[in-house]
Amino acid sequence: MNLTRRDAMALGLGATAAALLPFRAVAAADDAIAAFTGGAEAGEGGITLTAPEIAENGNTVPITVDAPGAETIAVFATGNPTPEVAAFTFGPLAGSQMASTRIRLAGTQDVVAIAKMADGSFVKTSATVKVTIGGCGG
Amino acid sequence: MISRRDFLQVSMAASALYGASGFGNWARLAAQQSLTQDQLLEFDTFGNVSLIHVTDIHAQLKPIYFREPEINLGVGENKGSVPHVTGADFRKLYGIEDNSPSAYALTYNDFSALGKAYGKVGGLDRVATVINSIRAARPDALLLDGGDTWHGSYTCYHTEGQDMVNVMNALKPDAMTFHWEFTLGSERVREVVADLPFAALGANIFDAEWDEPAEDFEPYKFFERGGVKIAVIGQAFPYMPIANPGWMFPEYSFGIRTERMQEVVDEVRGMGAELVVLLSHNGFDVDKKMASLVKGIDVVLSGHTHDALPEPVLVGETIIIASGSNGKFISRVDLDVRDGRMMGFRHKLIPIFSDVIEPDKAVSTLIDEQRAPYEDAMSEVIGETDSVLYRRGNFNGTWDDLICDALLSEREADIAMSPGVRWGPSLLPGDKITREDIWNATSMTYGKAYRSEMTGEFIHTIMEDVADNIFNPDPYYQQGGDMVRMGGLGYRIDITKPQGERISELTLLKTGEQLDPAKNYVVAGWASVNEGTEGPQIWDVVESHIRKQGVVHVEPNTSVKVVGA
Repeated sequence: MNLTRRDAMALGLGATAAALLPFRAVAAADDAIAAFTGGAEAGEGGITLTAPEIAENGNTVPITVDAPGAETIAVFATGNPTPEVAAFTFGPLAGSQMASTRIRLAGTQDVVAIAKMADGSFVKTSATVKVTIGGCGG
Repeated sequence: MISRRDFLQVSMAASALYGASGFGNWARLAAQQSLTQDQLLEFDTFGNVSLIHVTDIHAQLKPIYFREPEINLGVGENKGSVPHVTGADFRKLYGIEDNSPSAYALTYNDFSALGKAYGKVGGLDRVATVINSIRAARPDALLLDGGDTWHGSYTCYHTEGQDMVNVMNALKPDAMTFHWEFTLGSERVREVVADLPFAALGANIFDAEWDEPAEDFEPYKFFERGGVKIAVIGQAFPYMPIANPGWMFPEYSFGIRTERMQEVVDEVRGMGAELVVLLSHNGFDVDKKMASLVKGIDVVLSGHTHDALPEPVLVGETIIIASGSNGKFISRVDLDVRDGRMMGFRHKLIPIFSDVIEPDKAVSTLIDEQRAPYEDAMSEVIGETDSVLYRRGNFNGTWDDLICDALLSEREADIAMSPGVRWGPSLLPGDKITREDIWNATSMTYGKAYRSEMTGEFIHTIMEDVADNIFNPDPYYQQGGDMVRMGGLGYRIDITKPQGERISELTLLKTGEQLDPAKNYVVAGWASVNEGTEGPQIWDVVESHIRKQGVVHVEPNTSVKVVGA
């Protein structure tokens, strides 16, 4: 590939622009997640997060979290200025550890769900939700 | 890329399925240029179930020309896979001879010359003849309509889809799913669906308020055919409120909903379905991904992306059938279903050559009745073209360039934007352009041509956004349209890059200057999804422009540089 100077500049600008905003937001999300887990590593599996691939309306995106055996499930919108979206706490008599809600997303981003299990361990999962201007269908 | 021989071997090796396609046969006959209706319809009835698939008719009651895409790029895992194969590569893949009727039907090359030799395609009266012939061999064949039926013409607009409903009812479909139908407004859709003599399906049509399956549409319907219990599941276009104006059908939510589809498949299997058919408006790559994730679907009848494939594509033990658009093709799929599973298939993509297939008289009469009140207005000649006018393809077609030119000059704009829809028939050089032709390329319920100011940065953002809806490597993030058509603006696109980095070198063509991100430009466009858009209807803008031109001439568009294909 031959990069002209202009290509290189355009690439550089694009990379900066792309990196800048999410960087701050993701840092905030990392802090929020660390605050929830106390810095513990979260494992995989045992938790599902159902969210649309592309939001029909970024102001109200339906999501469902389900983690059998969880004490608490926390949801983080990693690209929002305030990433902590919700924390659902389930009592010992809860029939299932599942919750649905609608969240507001500032733009395309990863939504992260982390469950604190009864034994104090954590499991996590994430989904990319795209928020688009919309346009042209076939 | 899987060659034809590989495909057959894959199907033999990977499962107990065996398959055959009627395509090779008619390709050879067609090469002799002695096509007859009997040859087009020739099919050794097979197994115990027949499916007939029509989709994306876009209200084309009469024969039309339709040029298949020249540029149809696949990304990610789908790079170089069908349907992202065009022209000579497509002919080589399927063993089609240059200049044969099949080359004309399935590829874009020499379109003007071949169009004049082989004539128009489609026409629902011809479609009726083919359906009748299949039903003569298999009286209980299922006819399934993949949607985008009640949209796309002068008469469809003026009758709010009633012309299509009347004619389709005469063809007696068994089920249908939806996309552009919803742009008639949800009230009108419910009104029509309430009286439909067949099933209106959409497992992914949800009530937006409660996020539960909508009551107005069934997720599936059971049929008993040839002693086989068949479940047909519907999947409407997933991104309706994003790609089309959501304010026209605010009660409904859609989405791909893979988990929901698996639940529905499990439900119908639990109820004893021996054959599960997904009547889908997902688009081809989305259907491929869904078939790989959802277990238990035997056949996907795929619509939305307007692809015409002469052979099924196999994903695991699921076959995916793509049947083109605008009434140009019908797929017939015969299946052998025994002991509760699909054991084999035979398939044929039947091109509707309108000069070869005899129209069904009753349906011809019915079509003429729908058109009669509008015939005078529709048939008025507005101009003539000396270029092929077509739309289909990832980037600007000549119809789009003509529409963009109309927007630039009639609306006195710097830049024009025209939606990357895949519908709209073609015209050949020397053809008159009638009002009907203009409506075929522009008709919609939100066609007002806006004129507004946008910054260079915002224009860039829009283009990046639309490009990601086509070139995101994950098909679930694709909406199945083509790139927004730009008038008065050149650009470079690298389809391999992520969103925000694909589009560069935006150049205002009238000055040759780079677009200034901070400066305001006058932009004229149409088909805005925003409520309350103001301006003249796009068909009036285009008509006025063509009238002034008299004879339309469209130069090949060299203002889009595509990289990474």
